[in-house]
Amino acid sequence: MDIFIQQVVSGLATGGIYASLALALVMIYQATDVVNFAQGEMAMFSTYLAWSMLQAGLPYWVTFFATVAIAFLGGLLIERIVIRPVENAPILTIVIVTLGLLVILNSVAGWIYSYIQKPFPSPFPSRPIQLGNIVFGAHDVGEISVTLIVLLLLFLFFRYTTLGLAMRAAAQNPVSSRLCGIRVSWMLGLGWGLAAAFGAVAGMMVAPVVFLDPNMMGGIQIYAFAAATVGGFTSPLGAVVGGILVGVTENLVGTYVHFIGTELKLTVALAMIIIVLLVRPSGLFGRTTVRRV
Amino acid sequence: MPALLEAVDLEAQYGWTKVLHGLSFAVEAGGITTILGANGAGKTTTLRAVCRMVRTSGQVRFDGQRIDSKSTEDIVRLGIAHTPEGRGTFINLSVEENLRLGAYARRDRTGLAEDYDKVYGYFPVLAQRRRQQAGTLSGGEQQMLAVARALMSRPRLLLLDEPSLGLAPLVVREIFRIVRTINQHERVSVLLVEQNAAIALDLAQHAYLLETGRVVMSGPAADLKKDDAIRRSYLGY
Repeated sequence: MDIFIQQVVSGLATGGIYASLALALVMIYQATDVVNFAQGEMAMFSTYLAWSMLQAGLPYWVTFFATVAIAFLGGLLIERIVIRPVENAPILTIVIVTLGLLVILNSVAGWIYSYIQKPFPSPFPSRPIQLGNIVFGAHDVGEISVTLIVLLLLFLFFRYTTLGLAMRAAAQNPVSSRLCGIRVSWMLGLGWGLAAAFGAVAGMMVAPVVFLDPNMMGGIQIYAFAAATVGGFTSPLGAVVGGILVGVTENLVGTYVHFIGTELKLTVALAMIIIVLLVRPSGLFGRTTVRRV
Repeated sequence: MPALLEAVDLEAQYGWTKVLHGLSFAVEAGGITTILGANGAGKTTTLRAVCRMVRTSGQVRFDGQRIDSKSTEDIVRLGIAHTPEGRGTFINLSVEENLRLGAYARRDRTGLAEDYDKVYGYFPVLAQRRRQQAGTLSGGEQQMLAVARALMSRPRLLLLDEPSLGLAPLVVREIFRIVRTINQHERVSVLLVEQNAAIALDLAQHAYLLETGRVVMSGPAADLKKDDAIRRSYLGY
């Protein structure tokens, strides 16, 4: 029984990582109707910037917030410079552009920082928290808390602020939005900025666990996609629940189904994507659009 | 009365195709003006040209000020509300959120609460469906929502594109009755584009008839109603 609970707990920890990146994916999807394949790489790049600042001797939390701010501007610039020219192009074009961005960011990071893994500090204490026979890593608890705080902020922003409402409107119906006076093009830029900022948070939370290297987000991005699909691409809460479900399932299946073990873990994520798409394409929390004509 | 909106030699094109060929028209302050015409005459494009949602040339003046090189977002801020063809509902958002978006561009946010009440007063059915996803409303309710959303911006000019489209006659009559009330009580001028010439000529004081992007006839609505050619081609008796 202890083993089971311990596996669930460590599943929660990895799930938190997937959730944080899935949150950024869902965020950009909600704000711009685009799935951003470069999300993971943008997060990775921001984390390298944070690493540079730490190397220069800045304290952790200063670095943290500075990185989030820089990532926001970076996301905004990427939208203005790279995405905007193809704003009205077919969805496939935009997807290919984000894939191109993925490759570019990955290579540039490798070129500047090399492909050698670097350690990245955690802001949380290293002493694990013990409850009976179950051990919680302090970083895991901290990272899940950060993800939940981000989720709460996002929820409040989209639900209760006029700007959040305008962003949702701009993504859904650009023509009507312009007629309401919403500057649609800037809303898309803002969406990219916010997603990049949350991606940066995810990156800085992930890096202490997986170590910093240009490919650190590769696998996680796939899990994040699984998480977003399971939760439903239209729901930030779904992304978090999806992330945790994927993390826990992956861990339990890896432990108890022997032919899967650690080697076939990633397959579990892909299988979950397929099963969800077959059984409930809108995901657990996704909203299906009801339309009367 | 002075003209609130005035277009001189207005042209518009989609890609290489010119759709409006030098249109001139005016909307009187406080009045209702209608543009009639068959399918493809350029009625919708005329409204889109006023809001600069198509490529245009020629002059458009609103309250004496040139607006023909402004962006759509800025034109809306000057007090022109456009209820587009197909109603432009935000189908995934609630009725109330749709109305909040209508008020988005408003600078003066005083009296916002009263405006919600007023709009819900005009359209009680929307008040009942306040929290409902707007996509689940019926066609008539969505048309009401579109007018309500436009009103939330406190416009001085309302551009209405085919409010009768696809609706039952009873619903159409209800909507036109409310448009008339709004025109009189809120002193909102209206530029109405309609295929249903009979009902539009009843409502408007002034009318223009469009054929393939040109004005072929204009005058007081009462005169156009009596015109033999109009009666045969557009009123159908």
